[in-house]
Amino acid sequence: MKLAYWMYAGPAHIGTLRVASSFKNVHAIMHAPLGDDYFNVMRSMLERERDFTPVTASIVDRHVLARGSQEKVVDNITRKDKEECPDLIVLTPTCTSSILQEDLQNFVDRASITSNSDVILADVNHYRVNELQAADRTLEQIVRYYLEKARRRGILDQSLTKEPSANILGIFTLGFHNQHDCRELKRLLQDLNIKINKVIPEGGSIQDLQSLPKAWFNLVPYREVGLMTAIYLEKNFGMPYISTTPMGIVDTAEFIRQIQKHINNLISDKDFDYEPYIDQQTKFVSQAAWFSRSIDCQNLTGKKAVVFGDATHAASITKILAREMGIRVSCTGTYCKHDEDWFREQVQGFCDEILITDDHTEVGDMIARIEPSAIFGTQMERHIGKRLDIPCGVISSPVHIQNFPLGYRPFLGYEGTNQIADLVYNSFTLGMEDHLLEIFGGHDTKEVITKSLSTDTDLTWNHESQLELNKIPGFVRGKIKRNTEKFARQNNITNITIEIMYAAKEALSA
Amino acid sequence: MSNKISETLTFECETGNYHTFCPISCVAWLYQKIEDSFFLVVGTKTCGYFLQNALGVMIFAEPRYAMAELEEGDISAQLNDYEELKRLCLQIKKDRNPSVIIWIGTCTTEIIKMDLEGMAPKLEAEIGIPIVVARANGLDYAFTQGEDTVLAAMAHRCPERNFLIEKKVIIQDSNIQNLFSFLPLGKKKKTIKSVESKKHPPLVLFGSLPSTVASQLSSESKRQSIQVSGWLPAQRYTDLPSLGDQVYVCGVNPFLSRTATTLMRRRKCKLIGAPFPIGPDGTRAWIEKICSVFSIKTKGLEKREEQIWKNLKDYLDLVRGKSVFFMGDNLLEISLARFLIRCGMIVYEIGIPYLDKRYQAAELLLSQKTCKSMCISMPRIVEKPDNYNQIQRMRELQPDLAITGMAHANPLEARGINTKWSVEFTFAQIHGFTNARDVLELVTRPLRRNNNLENLGWNNLIKQEKK
Repeated sequence: MKLAYWMYAGPAHIGTLRVASSFKNVHAIMHAPLGDDYFNVMRSMLERERDFTPVTASIVDRHVLARGSQEKVVDNITRKDKEECPDLIVLTPTCTSSILQEDLQNFVDRASITSNSDVILADVNHYRVNELQAADRTLEQIVRYYLEKARRRGILDQSLTKEPSANILGIFTLGFHNQHDCRELKRLLQDLNIKINKVIPEGGSIQDLQSLPKAWFNLVPYREVGLMTAIYLEKNFGMPYISTTPMGIVDTAEFIRQIQKHINNLISDKDFDYEPYIDQQTKFVSQAAWFSRSIDCQNLTGKKAVVFGDATHAASITKILAREMGIRVSCTGTYCKHDEDWFREQVQGFCDEILITDDHTEVGDMIARIEPSAIFGTQMERHIGKRLDIPCGVISSPVHIQNFPLGYRPFLGYEGTNQIADLVYNSFTLGMEDHLLEIFGGHDTKEVITKSLSTDTDLTWNHESQLELNKIPGFVRGKIKRNTEKFARQNNITNITIEIMYAAKEALSA
Repeated sequence: MSNKISETLTFECETGNYHTFCPISCVAWLYQKIEDSFFLVVGTKTCGYFLQNALGVMIFAEPRYAMAELEEGDISAQLNDYEELKRLCLQIKKDRNPSVIIWIGTCTTEIIKMDLEGMAPKLEAEIGIPIVVARANGLDYAFTQGEDTVLAAMAHRCPERNFLIEKKVIIQDSNIQNLFSFLPLGKKKKTIKSVESKKHPPLVLFGSLPSTVASQLSSESKRQSIQVSGWLPAQRYTDLPSLGDQVYVCGVNPFLSRTATTLMRRRKCKLIGAPFPIGPDGTRAWIEKICSVFSIKTKGLEKREEQIWKNLKDYLDLVRGKSVFFMGDNLLEISLARFLIRCGMIVYEIGIPYLDKRYQAAELLLSQKTCKSMCISMPRIVEKPDNYNQIQRMRELQPDLAITGMAHANPLEARGINTKWSVEFTFAQIHGFTNARDVLELVTRPLRRNNNLENLGWNNLIKQEKK
């Protein structure tokens, strides 16, 4: 057992559900007790999703505990098949059902006989993998299932598209700025005259999967999800993949050069040269290169920062801060413990120390010890920053609703470099502004005149009402005090009791 | 509007495929209510993730609750659960020093049959902190029933009320009076509450309410010269009320049936079965029932209720004639529906996770009476509803308002159905005369918002659904 208040990555089934519900017309059925369908709330809230989340629970209750699920799961699958006619139903175990050790595969086999949809069982171990690993695994599982099915049927078309084309793997629901990143990637590829073959899982349909091998290569923008699929496609279909994340100017250029290499490998008659494009974008489209030369950024030189997040974002941001802005990264870290080796290799030489942990208290202690000028982390680090009065830019999941902005905010590609520059600069200047204010003694050195209209001479609050008033949360206390006193004056009452307080609330509905 | 009145209540039961919060969410409000407590949820990452997301910002305020996250070794019994729990509880004792640690059992502890009730007394003796065990799991309960399990467990810990000692207390009381003799007379009276009113036997109210709401209800009873001698739960664990066979108890929330049963059977209390003090009609009926049990004549209650209704007029004009559909997730549905019917709304369906017909008998009776007086038939009550079927029914009925969980709120809004998030009723102050306005504030919010946006032509915001 371990004492835990907070976790960076959720339980395994969340990852599976995120992948399943990102596909079009795929339904997930959880084998779970009442209340475990919390995923639907998250998706509906955070993504502001207009459609019903295609996830239902086959409820595990007392009866199931006593007699097993019996027909329940099969019935729920066939029922969903009739109601929604999905292409695929993914039966998702939860930590509860994994202890029950029911033969879920047997339910899946039985249900596939009667239903028109395909039915598969998500293959995740709850006690060994987290949300991100499970998502990676589920995506690979679904892709493999359909490609092998097509292969068996002999309908797998492996001829490449005429024009150079790419698949984007790993864009999915509840991902950190995934939607915007996807748009930016599409734009980038369009500039390079590369067609998008398929984007999965977000918005992809099951029928699309068998044309995955038609692309010239795969792009895996995030390490956490899509890598397993890319490796599978490489092994079985010889598809090359690019796993460099195009975040920051240097890495975006590197990403484009890798694309160039792959295309030139496949084309013999002409040579693609993207160097002029990279040059043009770096110098004039992205403002980040110019920003790092400008006086503003000069003032950031040598300032200390701390970075923490998932492996992809923490590594990329660390490199951007150190390599492109001259900021000193005192410590960088990730909660993706399973990807520790890759992470260390990436940030080697760009930071003073590395922290690999999924315990937020360790991160908090590290930040308190280092006292950086700015933090770049998850929502948790933002709160740690609040407590220590250090500004924080959010660069990675886990996130709140404000990280699903309506405006266009990619982190990838050339527009992404602008967004990141803004984020970094604003985090630091805010800190600077606060600091200067402190030196010069606040915004306004004059005594602030209280907005209270009451003079304490004619009204007395008795002991109980005083206590009651102190129980009221601070931000409304003043208003309630004023309203109560106003009410008391109107009614010529001089002694304020609890009853008077309530009467005032009723009268003024305050 | 039909003038035919259904004489019998119709209860239906569906598949139970509905969305609700896990009952462990009760720690969110209980840890705030019981100031010296610490809640330890013994469960998995799934439970932790739920709490972390459901409680949002509270997580960052160093709450007095934590997960005892079970790992593979705990599940396969390679680790000794007693030793593990001891280690964590000692750590909690060191860091927070609470007056009580409440273990919340979860689905996982049920399945692996972890004997929390057996371990608690042993560990309690060993570390010197009371340990209360509540099995608030999703296998058995829904959302607010979590509080029910915790309070039922706490009921066992309330001190025994011994009427022989009462006399001594009164003597002690006069000693205390002497202590306060330096205070001016008026204040002295206020500082010392007489421990017992002579007019009626002791009354203990059960149900966790924000302290302001609790004192509002107490003062509401005081107007009828009824003295509330204690609350379960109190503000501190060390202040739990004493119980015994002379003590009358009354619930303030409709989801507390286990607590009621425990108080009656195990603590021999006398239960006053009343409607719940939600809405002015409910509050009045609640007080009247308590008064009638103590044979006290109420005074000025009708006037008080009338005055409240008068204050609500602007909201009543908004809701009158509008229809509402409860999908059901927190067990407040019957009381809320009854209040809204009294406000002139038409209720199409009352979904509810679980209905204890005996504990809610008085509330159901009042609902029937309300329907009769408003000349409408009693809405159908659907236990363990099926959300999918409910959504189909809503398509047909097109209610003006759906009261629903967050999983369905945005999708329904996109389809042009106004929604109110049901969880807000659990956290808002909705009890008593004083807060009647707050209930309607919540209910009318989507309606008022739509008055502002009505003529923009953006009601339906989904791409054509294929069916």
